[in-house]
Amino acid sequence: MVLRNWSVRIGGAALLLLVVVAIAAPWLGTVDPTLFDAASRDLRPGEVGSIITLDGETLAHRFLMGSDSYGRDIYSRVLYGTRVSLAVGLAAALAALAFGIACGLVAGYLRRADGPLMRVMDGIMAIPAILIAIAVVALWRASLATVIVAIAIPEIPRVTRLVRSLVLTLREEPYVEAAVALGTPAVRIMFGHILPNTLAPLLVQGTYVCAFAILLEAILSFLGVGLPPDIPTWGNIMAEGRVQFVAYPHNVFFPGLFLAATVLAVNMLGDGLRDTLDPKLVVDEHA
Amino acid sequence: MLVFALLRLAPGDPAAIMAGDAATTEQIAQIRAGLGLERPLVVQFGIWLGKVLSGDLGESFYFRIKVTTLIGQRLEPTFALAALTILIAVLVAVPLGVLAAWRHGGWLDRALMGFSVLGFSVPVFVLAYLLIWLFSLELGWLPVQGYARLAEGVGAFLRHLILPAVTLSVIYIALIARVTRAAMLEALGEDYIRTARAKGLPELRVLVRHALANAAVPIVTVIGIGIAILIGGVVVTESVYAIPGLGRLTVDAVLARDFPTIQGVILFFSLVYVLVNLLIDLSYVFLDPRIRY
Repeated sequence: MVLRNWSVRIGGAALLLLVVVAIAAPWLGTVDPTLFDAASRDLRPGEVGSIITLDGETLAHRFLMGSDSYGRDIYSRVLYGTRVSLAVGLAAALAALAFGIACGLVAGYLRRADGPLMRVMDGIMAIPAILIAIAVVALWRASLATVIVAIAIPEIPRVTRLVRSLVLTLREEPYVEAAVALGTPAVRIMFGHILPNTLAPLLVQGTYVCAFAILLEAILSFLGVGLPPDIPTWGNIMAEGRVQFVAYPHNVFFPGLFLAATVLAVNMLGDGLRDTLDPKLVVDEHA
Repeated sequence: MLVFALLRLAPGDPAAIMAGDAATTEQIAQIRAGLGLERPLVVQFGIWLGKVLSGDLGESFYFRIKVTTLIGQRLEPTFALAALTILIAVLVAVPLGVLAAWRHGGWLDRALMGFSVLGFSVPVFVLAYLLIWLFSLELGWLPVQGYARLAEGVGAFLRHLILPAVTLSVIYIALIARVTRAAMLEALGEDYIRTARAKGLPELRVLVRHALANAAVPIVTVIGIGIAILIGGVVVTESVYAIPGLGRLTVDAVLARDFPTIQGVILFFSLVYVLVNLLIDLSYVFLDPRIRY
């Protein structure tokens, strides 16, 4: 049923392709993305130049997407960047979902925790996501874990709200009342009886969180506050390329194209899933 | 609703950021000690809150001037950019959304929905570079980067600002047009629309006076929610277009680890966000006479 939806098909296929590209990056005519050669600086897409391997050998290499101001191969960096972007997006989405589910279950099921917890969530939501992420990165040192946490935090309230609202309706269901009557522990009710019934909307919300996380990671890297610049991420490639944008726009455009395509694919998958899994589901737009 | 807005305003936000700080390395601990950050969180928060309430955001580590002064200096470009963006977005998105709903299922409708998914997906800075490349480099119509103050003449001011504003408005247009369309679709299905048409009113009057007026509340709401996107977008756009506004200040402050400035700017942005949404809540009274506070 889900696979009949065109949005799911196109988005899913594009995403699958990107995952394959990310996994197969070493075999797709790439070189190590950290390799550089001063003789091959600022090549235009398609030009042939040389590159020095870690063993000191000089190889001839065709720079499909040109090279940057250090003489690194943009094509290799973009392909390896796919790995980082997808991994960060997925990790941040999972982290936000895990925390959001936990908070949402507690807020929805334990009346006393509801008020304070939701006020904290409101507080987080009052700050634009990018600012929270920037602040977190500013306070900790920029590393993979920091960036993932920084991206996940602003997403937690949205998941929490969704789970809480689902729990509030589900807790009135007869099977929950039956479980309560049987003396089932609260934790068991939350995870065993309520959580499984929230999975479809969570899956949809998860894809949006994932799309936003990929975007946010690129923005952070682009602004120079994300992952260390030697890690090939799309944002970092663009940050490096923006200095010379007027002369060599390809350094910005190729990673930008991959980024836009990825986010689009994830969003389409999410829209399609939403339409097929639950037509009435209203997911709030990303603020 | 007012209490809700005030609750969001008061607690947590900066304290939450500080709490995150607690779990880090010794070096940061030293800096924290120097700044009086080693005191209990509640005490810190109390002192800080007291200062903030008396209008003191502290002094920037980096620029060596008061944060409030710094924000004041950088306010004009950001405000101009945001205002122009909202203006463009509303002027484009609302008519588009109305037309899409009017011809529901037509080519414009489908094109708009496609555009809105695309608008959400194309990152602001990629779009920014695309537009710079097209209008500044290829066509040479507009300056590549920079900012001209309003005092330097309206022409120069607008020429520098139009590209950033258009860039920033795309995602906003996507958001507003989508909600306008949905709200209009709902309004157009009501009985009073059929009545209005049956009376022989001109279609334009039916659309604007009867349907759009009833669809106004969700549209205005989403404009307010979208302020968050706008603030995030300002940070990125100002960096790309080299506009010396608050967004640039945020990034520069982060790179310089200038905590008072970071805190001040984030507080300021959050305050603006909450205030705008409060104003919007209040505007419901005018948009929908049924709502009273």
